[in-house]
Amino acid sequence: MTAIDDTTLKLDPEEARRARQERLERIGKWVLPLAIMVLAIVLWDRICVWNEIPQYILPRPGVVLQTLHNDAGVLFSSLLVTLRITFLSLLLAVIGGVGLAVLFAQSKWVEMSFFPFAIVLQVTPIVAIFPLINIYVNNQTVKLLLCAWIVAFFPILSNTTLGLNSVDRNLRDLFKLNGATRWQQLRYLRLPAAMPYFLGGLKIAGGLSLIGAVVAEFVAGAQGQSSGLASRIIEAGYRLNAPRLFAALILISLTGILIFLVLSLVSHLILRRWHESALKQER
Amino acid sequence: MIQEKVAETPAVSGEAPMLLALRNVGKVFSNGVTALSKVDLAIREGDFLSLLGPSGCGKSTALRLIAGLSTPTSGQLDWRGSIDRSNTGFVFQEPTLLPWASVFDNVWLPLRLKGVSRAKAEPAVREVLSRVHLTGFENAVPRELSGGMKMRVSIARAMVTKPRILLMDEPFAALDEITRFKLNNDLLELWQDERFTVVFVTHSVFESVFLSSRVVVMAARPGRVHGELSIDAPYPRDEAFRTSSDYAALCRQASDTLVDAINSTAGSHHDGH
Repeated sequence: MTAIDDTTLKLDPEEARRARQERLERIGKWVLPLAIMVLAIVLWDRICVWNEIPQYILPRPGVVLQTLHNDAGVLFSSLLVTLRITFLSLLLAVIGGVGLAVLFAQSKWVEMSFFPFAIVLQVTPIVAIFPLINIYVNNQTVKLLLCAWIVAFFPILSNTTLGLNSVDRNLRDLFKLNGATRWQQLRYLRLPAAMPYFLGGLKIAGGLSLIGAVVAEFVAGAQGQSSGLASRIIEAGYRLNAPRLFAALILISLTGILIFLVLSLVSHLILRRWHESALKQER
Repeated sequence: MIQEKVAETPAVSGEAPMLLALRNVGKVFSNGVTALSKVDLAIREGDFLSLLGPSGCGKSTALRLIAGLSTPTSGQLDWRGSIDRSNTGFVFQEPTLLPWASVFDNVWLPLRLKGVSRAKAEPAVREVLSRVHLTGFENAVPRELSGGMKMRVSIARAMVTKPRILLMDEPFAALDEITRFKLNNDLLELWQDERFTVVFVTHSVFESVFLSSRVVVMAARPGRVHGELSIDAPYPRDEAFRTSSDYAALCRQASDTLVDAINSTAGSHHDGH
């Protein structure tokens, strides 16, 4: 502790200012968003009180929290349904995205032939595709999974393809010199080299699979076929049960944040020893 | 003309058997650039041969042809007997390590690709790591190493298969001078102990003279052999050699040949207009 103080004392004004700035940034990174959040909630509460807004239009934060507690049974069981679709579709997106990327990486011709189809799937709004899926697929879970998958797989596919193709030319030569087979090159060179790209895609896909699951439930739920969180939201909307609507919304947001944080942690743990993106904080 | 002048007193290479001969080798790229034209080059067992020349003289192309990374447009490469390019090790200009793999795994790689298990490869990997003074760094990843250490890993990786010919493509060009001198010394030590053959591409006159038994000077546009110098100074060469008048004289000789090679290019370029 004293050692740190000593060095701080010896710093010239510019360096001292920089050190202070860094310390402030480190604290501010956490404190600021939290403070703003608390402020926003307080403001929300005050607006409700000052304007005497009825609960069915804008419930006070306390009421939402209360609802979250009272309706926990209904909400969390619905959340589980949504989560199941989310994670299954994410898993399928990983398998499908990486599998297709590996296939594309085998030959430029395959990539050129099939990549446009992946783009078509990506750019067509899922809400517009769903009625078709609804006609062709009977099983409810498969329907939802397919929807969420279409939304989530593209970032994994495009990122992993990019990663597999951005291997250092000399390293490729090195493998060639040592008589590496195609499989060895994939296993020991291209897949590890694509890892940072894949993990970047995974972080995006994690959020998208939740969005995909909820959107799919929405479309399916409008037809009374779903029991996920989205159907709770629709239901609450019909009944003007704004507190539950808010509670469900908060649950979805928190889930999304949690998925992002977990995937960020996974990414950091895998890359921390070697990849630039994970080394930034050292400086 | 220069070839006649200097090629008469070969130091080490005279009696040694031929390992590889490039005969009338030419390489034309698909964009029309003639990278190499009519190159004749004999590489003998135990040579430390440097290819010295300005950029664009095709010295790296020649090395890639020898390694089999590229095929000649004309002419041929004659390997002696059972020896072929599977007996070569290659050191790139950059360390070219797998950034996610440990030092051990990086050095193991060539053996691993040949199906040698970790346990079976371990003695060889440890041995070669100790030869490049990296014992104790087996578990480090490349980013934890200095530039010189990364290059040592790269050399160890090329050596682990015990190649007959080590091909080095400006391996120390990106290093600071102190590190480069140290690696030059260590490379010579390794070469003398193991007696493999080295083909070393460089654009540094001083480096080529310090290391080599033969210096082949190349000229550009088109890439060709301009002349050859035999460096007769005895091995081991140490720091004393680096500051000796013999060394200075040899450097001057090599430098003159190089200037001559560059001028010949400038001349032909000029004639072309």
